[in-house]
Amino acid sequence: MARIIVVTSGKGGVGKTTTSAAIAMGLAKKGHKTAVIDFDVGLRNLDLIMGCERRVVYDFVNVINGEATLNQALIRDKNCNLLYILPASQTRDKDALSQEGVGKILDELKKDFKYIVCDSPAGIEKGAHLAMYFADDAFIVTNPEVSSVRDSDRMLGILSSKSRRAEQNEEPIREYLLLSRYSPDRVKLGEMLSVDDVQEILSLHLLGVIPESKSVLNASNSGTPVILDEKSDAGQAYADIVARYLGEDKPHRFIDEKKGLFGKFFGSK
Amino acid sequence: MSTDSQQNITHSPALEFKSSTFSVPVLVLAGNDVIIIEQQLQDKVNMAPEFFKNSPLVFDLQELNKHDLDIDVAELTKIIRKLGLLPIGIRGGDAQQNQQALKLGIPVHSGHTVAASSETQKQQHPEPESQAVAATTTMITHPVRSGQRIYASGDLVILAQVSAGAEILAEGNIHVYGSLRGRALAGVQGNTEARIFCSDLQAELISIAGNYKISEDLNGAVLNQPVQIYLQNHTLVIKDI
Ligand SMILES: Nc1ncnc2c1ncn2[C@@H]1O[C@H](COP(=O)(O)OP(=O)(O)OP(=O)(O)O)[C@@H](O)[C@H]1O
Ligand SMILES: [Mg+2]
Repeated sequence: MARIIVVTSGKGGVGKTTTSAAIAMGLAKKGHKTAVIDFDVGLRNLDLIMGCERRVVYDFVNVINGEATLNQALIRDKNCNLLYILPASQTRDKDALSQEGVGKILDELKKDFKYIVCDSPAGIEKGAHLAMYFADDAFIVTNPEVSSVRDSDRMLGILSSKSRRAEQNEEPIREYLLLSRYSPDRVKLGEMLSVDDVQEILSLHLLGVIPESKSVLNASNSGTPVILDEKSDAGQAYADIVARYLGEDKPHRFIDEKKGLFGKFFGSK
Repeated sequence: MSTDSQQNITHSPALEFKSSTFSVPVLVLAGNDVIIIEQQLQDKVNMAPEFFKNSPLVFDLQELNKHDLDIDVAELTKIIRKLGLLPIGIRGGDAQQNQQALKLGIPVHSGHTVAASSETQKQQHPEPESQAVAATTTMITHPVRSGQRIYASGDLVILAQVSAGAEILAEGNIHVYGSLRGRALAGVQGNTEARIFCSDLQAELISIAGNYKISEDLNGAVLNQPVQIYLQNHTLVIKDI
């Protein structure tokens, strides 16, 4: 059975698009046919991170309006032939998406794909609502700061009351916490919330911690999801997250401060 | 032909029972003079005629019975209907009043029912708990998140946390077996015997029958503690358990 994953947060700029690109690539690399959809109509972004912006002909809205077929609009990823991108339109306004239209496209994708990753826009308005409405799983991307955590909590409330699963009294959406842009040094200085603080407030299953990392910017500049940078800490964090989501047992990393030279050489824990 | 329609009947049931919670105004009577009741109710209705027009209503006789004041349920029902309200329940009545109500097609809500026997009336200090027990309990097993609001017409039991920015309301008692960070309002229809119990008090606001405290008013000794909250002489008392 296909599963629809929404990557959402409430607050903007916390790493949803970075995460959507990384986990979609990670799932495809593990052999699962995956589609990633940009729900951020008017602000397309995902295609840049995926490095396919010059190959966009048709977009999500074209398909909803019947101006193109799904196959015409889906772009096959240049690095992985099991990964497809459905880009958003830059020129339309947000009202171009309708619940019925989105539902129809997702139903069609479900026939052919194992995972469908929905990159949600920020906020709790229509776009974010449509991105999460049909979801089976939710990846809640949170930064270790109070406003981001509060917005995530709000989004969790919406998932558990306004989603299709909630409305139809089905098994609830499975919710996972992804704590992103984590910096153990700053946590130690008291400038950021710790993993435990965030867990205490949200009481949510932690899928992984993604460290604050320069590799993310490098990856987006080069148009390749950071998970393909296997040497980078953020890339490894996303690889762990995909593995855990698929049921592998991986201990959490990137929670403690970076070791100094000494620790690195002698591998003390 | 007839077999066809029979098949339809067996295949798709024409009805189904579902359980729902409604929020209905409760008319709590403090005096038994029907002329005064009619006058004051008329005044209230005049203040918000649209709101009250054809509004369902439950009348509550608990206060009257506590003070041994009897009232003619038939007469009361007539007044309520005359003013355009639709009585759909009686609460806190004694056996005879409930009987009267049932005759008029008004169901009895078992919450707060006063035992009709004279024993209770003889009791000098009735246990407050025994009256605060509501008939229905709403059980919530998942966290109540920021922006969510839960209303229970009886007691409310939450087996998870209540986030900051969430609001839980109950006409009866509230129990929270998790951190209480949001707003908790018990006894929202005026039940001063209602209590709040929680295993970790961090609330933004707590209230019983309209008497409230905000987080700034909570002192360090009770914060993050398992506590119970109740009303004593119109003042909220917070005690650890
Ligand atoms: N782990 C990280 N380390 C460093 N920078 C990061 C990390 N994750 C994301 N960023 C940076 O944060 C910015 C926002 O990231 P991204 O676009 O993924 O967020 P978003 O939640 O999709 O934003 P929006 O709400 O606008 O859609 C980008 O500049 C990105 O490079
Ligand atoms: Mg984005």
